[in-house]
Amino acid sequence: MDQIIIQTLHGLVNGMVLAMVASGLTLIFGIMDIVNFAHGDLLMLGAFVGASVVGTTGNYWLALIVAAIVIAILGALLQITTLRPLIGRDPLTTILATFGISLVIQKYALWQWGPSVRQISEPVRGDFTLFHLQYPWYRIATAILAALIISGLWLFLKYGKYGIWIRATTQDRVMAQAMGIPVPLVYTGVFALGSAMAAASGVLFGPFAGVTQTMGFDFTVRAFVVVVVGGLGNLGGSILASIFISLLESYAAIVVSPAQAVIVSFVVLVLTMLFRPTGLFVPTPK
Amino acid sequence: MIATPAAPSRPRAAGYWIAFAVVVALLVIAPLALPPFWQRFVTEILIWGLLAMSSDILIGYTGMVSFGHSAFFGLGMYGAAAALLTVKPPSLVLALLYGLVAAGGAAVFVAYFATRLRDIYFGISTLVFSQIFYVIIFTWTEVTGGENGLTFSQPRLSILGLWSDRFTPTTLHWFVLAVVVVSYLLVRRITQSPFGMVLQSIRENEPRTRAIGYHVERYKIVAVMLSGLFAGLAGVLYAMQNKFAAPDFVFFVVSGEVVIYNVMGGMGTLVGPFAGAAFFLLLREGLSRYLTEYYLIPVGIIFIIMIIFLPQGLLGFLRRRLNA
Amino acid sequence: MLILENVDAHYGKAHVLHGVSIEVRAGEVVGLLGRNGVGKTTTLKAIMGMARRTGGRITFEGRDLQGVPPHGLAGRGIAWVPEERRIFRLLTVLENLRTGLDRPGITPARRDALLEKVYAYFPILRERRNQAGGTLSGGEQQMLAIARAMVLEPKIILLDEPTEGLMPRMVAQIQEIVHALHRDGVAILLVEQNVPLTLDAAGRVYIMEKGTVRHHASAAELRADQRVIHEYLGV
Repeated sequence: MDQIIIQTLHGLVNGMVLAMVASGLTLIFGIMDIVNFAHGDLLMLGAFVGASVVGTTGNYWLALIVAAIVIAILGALLQITTLRPLIGRDPLTTILATFGISLVIQKYALWQWGPSVRQISEPVRGDFTLFHLQYPWYRIATAILAALIISGLWLFLKYGKYGIWIRATTQDRVMAQAMGIPVPLVYTGVFALGSAMAAASGVLFGPFAGVTQTMGFDFTVRAFVVVVVGGLGNLGGSILASIFISLLESYAAIVVSPAQAVIVSFVVLVLTMLFRPTGLFVPTPK
Repeated sequence: MIATPAAPSRPRAAGYWIAFAVVVALLVIAPLALPPFWQRFVTEILIWGLLAMSSDILIGYTGMVSFGHSAFFGLGMYGAAAALLTVKPPSLVLALLYGLVAAGGAAVFVAYFATRLRDIYFGISTLVFSQIFYVIIFTWTEVTGGENGLTFSQPRLSILGLWSDRFTPTTLHWFVLAVVVVSYLLVRRITQSPFGMVLQSIRENEPRTRAIGYHVERYKIVAVMLSGLFAGLAGVLYAMQNKFAAPDFVFFVVSGEVVIYNVMGGMGTLVGPFAGAAFFLLLREGLSRYLTEYYLIPVGIIFIIMIIFLPQGLLGFLRRRLNA
Repeated sequence: MLILENVDAHYGKAHVLHGVSIEVRAGEVVGLLGRNGVGKTTTLKAIMGMARRTGGRITFEGRDLQGVPPHGLAGRGIAWVPEERRIFRLLTVLENLRTGLDRPGITPARRDALLEKVYAYFPILRERRNQAGGTLSGGEQQMLAIARAMVLEPKIILLDEPTEGLMPRMVAQIQEIVHALHRDGVAILLVEQNVPLTLDAAGRVYIMEKGTVRHHASAAELRADQRVIHEYLGV
């Protein structure tokens, strides 16, 4: 019983972090049809930048902000140099290009920070008591922070002027252009935004397990699963799917090893693609 | 429009076969002329090229991207390992058989999904499947040796039970070359047949092909099977050359590299993948001397630049000629 | 003000426009008539930079539109109301209008004034302002599409078959809107199949056939002699 409560908490917390990662990915996919293979690696890079900032200043919150900004700029540059030239071409080319970017980023991180695991110390110490169980505060704080950031994103999209631009461009790029919306800039902006979300997720996740060059791939794969299960381009669906899948994985980890628990999410993915291809949480289209 | 292949003009066909003969001849001589390291290198290029060619059947001809070829490759490898470890004396034929059956089995599984999912969903699911296989192989330590993999001895080269001898690196190279050449010719024959033309028509315009009356699903299934089998064959050859099987080869990175070979070499050409593999491996060899593992930074950048400016790959310009 | 000189256009390999020459002066309402598929919509798309222009020139207020990115046209004063209306279905009516209202350099006061003006023309839009665009009826969507163009304060509106599929009462409303816009000094290039409406609203009319302009006359002349209309439109 204790295990189940702990695993539920794990699932919820991990789910929120994953939801942040997936939001960025689904935003990018929804608006410009790009499957960003490098998303997890942008997360990883953000985590390393965050680790360095914490290492030098000791300030976690500063690290969060700096990482988000730096990776947002990097994301914008990447989009302008490598993805913009590919607009209009076969979607396969953008997947390959982001795959290439992923490789380069991974090795760059290795070169810049070396192979040893970096630590990000928790911003909040101490444990939180639920019944007779202890659970680290910072994990709860992480989940809350992630929820806040996602809510912020949602509000921005719903009410902000640029949020309307983004939504209009996602629905009808041509008409958006006809209304004077500078679509190429919107694309760059969204990619930067998605990258920033990934980077922030990396810093949030950093204290959980340390920062390594390969942490990105796991997130990329999981985020893909979430985005498909939640419905491509569907922000709400991604969030629900993230929590759903993380909970399932956490419960599975009671029975099998964590490495094997990941198969659970794959099975969910496969079932979704077969029976509800538009997404598990999306009403079936007529 | 499904074009029936026009008979290649005489000078063209002759030119192709001459070039082919020259390349094969060079590859035959290679082990005799090169120092041992480069000898192995060439053999490896052939094996990776075969793997990439198997992927080209899907990417280049049918228009289906697979990010999971490492699974077929790995299963071929582990299948061969199973044969070479369980049956004494280690038999070449059994290694091939076990490997192909294992890869084929996975291919059937993937083929089923190929017919239900299109484009990017298929790509993502192949990635996911190969990761599932990876996790299973990595964690099922009793059977697969887990992280450490399996080591075994090479089988002897026996022809019809009449004459058998141990492989030397040179004879192994020739064996691999023979297998690869036969595979290439087979696949070439298939892609230039009416069947191959339908595959290409599916790549160009799937709804149209379906509307004309072709059972697109059946063609896709066969394409995936073929692709999986040849990938498994490459895995068997690799196992034989290196005498070990490890989960690293089932990991996604291998699938990714295969796609890189395809793109760099030229999709839809069958020989492009070999050129792509050679190009990448040579770059890796050359650059890793100075940059150790960071060779991937410049190589990755070259890859990205090629996608933007040279999307047809190194040999892509030959695509029409090679498929005429 | 808007001049198409000898414009050729291609869709892929198909040569869809041959030497089309059309002029719309400031404040004019010009009609573009023709059967289905003769290239009327393509002509508008060529102006909007959506069809591949392979010959000729398009200038607006003396400046060549070649090389202007598609999102730069609204800023120059060219608004487009496409045939399919293309409402942002998941955005509310107000948000649809905001895509045109939220322009660089526009003051909140001016924004509110424009919104009020548009609501005055189309009261139903004020009523439905928080409803998703996709839930509106066909006629309401058409009004929203026109309103959306109006808030850009354009110098010319490219109006593509605004009465298609609408009930007679709505058609009359559209006719009124066109007159009102004309009174406001907005030029209109009106593509239509509805001949009477066009002849009533427009000053001059071009008639297209098979990708080129076949006839050009004032609306008055065409009203007087219906033979030309019969010949090209079989009406």
